[in-house]
Amino acid sequence: MSAEPNTYYDRRGIIGTLGRDGLIQIILVANTVIMLAPILIMLFSAFKSTQQIFKSPFGFPDFANLTNFTKIWEQTNFLRYLLNSFVVTGASMALILILGTMAAYALGRYRFFGAGFILMFFIAGLTLPLKLAIIPLFILMRDMGILNNQLSLIFVYTAMGLPSTVFIMTGFIRTLPNELEDAARMDGASEARIMWAIMLPLVRPAMVIAAIQNVVPIWNDFFFPLVFIQNDALKTLPQGLTTFMGEYTTDWGVLFAGLTLSAAPIIAIYIVLSRQFISGMTSGAIK
Amino acid sequence: MARLSLRGIKKSFKTANVLHGIDLDIGDREFVVFVGPSGCGKSTLLRLIAGLDPITEGEFVLNDQRMNDVPPSKRGIAMVFQSYALYPHMDVYENMAFGARLMGLTKPEVEARIAEAARMLRLEPLLKRYPRELSGGQRQRVAIGRALVRKPEVFLLDEPLSNLDAALRSEVRLEIARLHRQIGGTMIYVTHDQVEAMTLADRIVVMNLGRIEQVGAPRELYETPANTFVAGFIGSPKMALVNVQKTSDGITFAGGDTLALPRLPAMGDGPLKIGVRPDAWSLSRDLASPGIAASVVYTEYLGENAFVYTRLTDGTLVGVRTTPNELYEPDESVRLSVDPVAIHYFSAEDGRRLPA
Repeated sequence: MSAEPNTYYDRRGIIGTLGRDGLIQIILVANTVIMLAPILIMLFSAFKSTQQIFKSPFGFPDFANLTNFTKIWEQTNFLRYLLNSFVVTGASMALILILGTMAAYALGRYRFFGAGFILMFFIAGLTLPLKLAIIPLFILMRDMGILNNQLSLIFVYTAMGLPSTVFIMTGFIRTLPNELEDAARMDGASEARIMWAIMLPLVRPAMVIAAIQNVVPIWNDFFFPLVFIQNDALKTLPQGLTTFMGEYTTDWGVLFAGLTLSAAPIIAIYIVLSRQFISGMTSGAIK
Repeated sequence: MARLSLRGIKKSFKTANVLHGIDLDIGDREFVVFVGPSGCGKSTLLRLIAGLDPITEGEFVLNDQRMNDVPPSKRGIAMVFQSYALYPHMDVYENMAFGARLMGLTKPEVEARIAEAARMLRLEPLLKRYPRELSGGQRQRVAIGRALVRKPEVFLLDEPLSNLDAALRSEVRLEIARLHRQIGGTMIYVTHDQVEAMTLADRIVVMNLGRIEQVGAPRELYETPANTFVAGFIGSPKMALVNVQKTSDGITFAGGDTLALPRLPAMGDGPLKIGVRPDAWSLSRDLASPGIAASVVYTEYLGENAFVYTRLTDGTLVGVRTTPNELYEPDESVRLSVDPVAIHYFSAEDGRRLPA
């Protein structure tokens, strides 16, 4: 005997039809589309002239049309900017990760007087809008004689990146099992070796999170180079590409081409690191 | 050669005193098990011996040398941790090589030692695997292998079997016993499981609340427990501890039942505690027979044996070993009789054993 299919409790809702996982899939697919659309539009626009962009903003471009890219190559110091961006971002990231990890290791693994205060001090840095301090910073850089010098950018970015790095890493380092440290100590490892050979390989996932978190804003930063750097040979990519943003007219096609080129390395780094990140997450801890 | 001597060891964390003066001597090649309930200080004591925590007061002497301020790796001691603490990013070979290299051994020496440990523990096929690719028992063997490679004089094992399932546990237990015979080092083993303690130990150290309650061979602890704590801790099911009144020729139970005894501790009449193991009791359904009144609480059937738990009139739970043929129902009234020779006497005040 079959039940009446249309009683209200037999009607299947959207969750009943698709299942909970199906619903989540739909949301994830929608999210992916929303996230990727701007990137695709940027990529398409890089192959269009300004006129075409306004005529058919979502139209499919002619990928053989490389005029925008050749224009960038010919009219700007693109390679120079790219190199500068690499130098500034690379040096800042190196400093952030080295100093941040060392600070976090000390805060996370050793108990000493004032540790809580130091951690709070770092975390307070998260709440600080650094851009408000631009005038004192400018004066500071001038007095240190590193205005119009990439060191000024590297210092500011390092200061900007340390709070979140220390915050992320301290939390992560604290969760590492004490027994690993004890085992290494029984094996005769010095404190430095315990950190370097045992603990750091295990915090790599956290370092990747901290790196991704910091590398994007630093790479894309426009504000600090604009204030600190005047010399064209020292400009970073975002700053250099503004050549095409005129006061009255803007060559959108070229700008999008520049954006595409400048975003490419970051996207590549992200893809490489996220692989690492996933493998780090699954590497299995102690039991 | 490894002789350990602990003299008046005390340990406190900030204001909490964890160990209150431990005195213990451990001989060469001895297998000593620290046993006690959680929080009794047995793992803390092991960490003090390892050198992972500083000793607050007292002296730890190894082979006539004071060890209090010697760093862990220089003590000639290796430790196997409860969670194994294998380095997750190194394969089995590297896990074992890490400590050996830090000892300053040459490459062929390291290789030879690892090969030897791997052969002893049957780890050869696993050398290139990572800890996450190993089963619990295999990880356990790697952890032991890592200790072996350092060729220590003293092995410390901190609840090494607690993460294994029951079947594997008895297997690894045999393995550890075999290993001890084979390499002959001094072993100190911490567990809260009295079966492990009884089966492995040359001597058992029973600890409670930061103090040693009794030290002795398994048989000694079972047959002559020094106090009510040891009496209740060693043996399963637990020894029943019953409060009674001593009279001139026997004892009187709370319910008024009396028992005439030929041997009694030398003391005046008054309160006394007796301890009786499950196999010294016997049960009778005949309520007119002499003995002690009790009612059945529940029965545990174990195949070969059955344990009947009964409650005396004053509420004391008494486990009785019976044969599975006699089945008792809950709430059934029974009479308990006891083998007088198997009664342990303890002081009612401080729980000390009283000779009879």
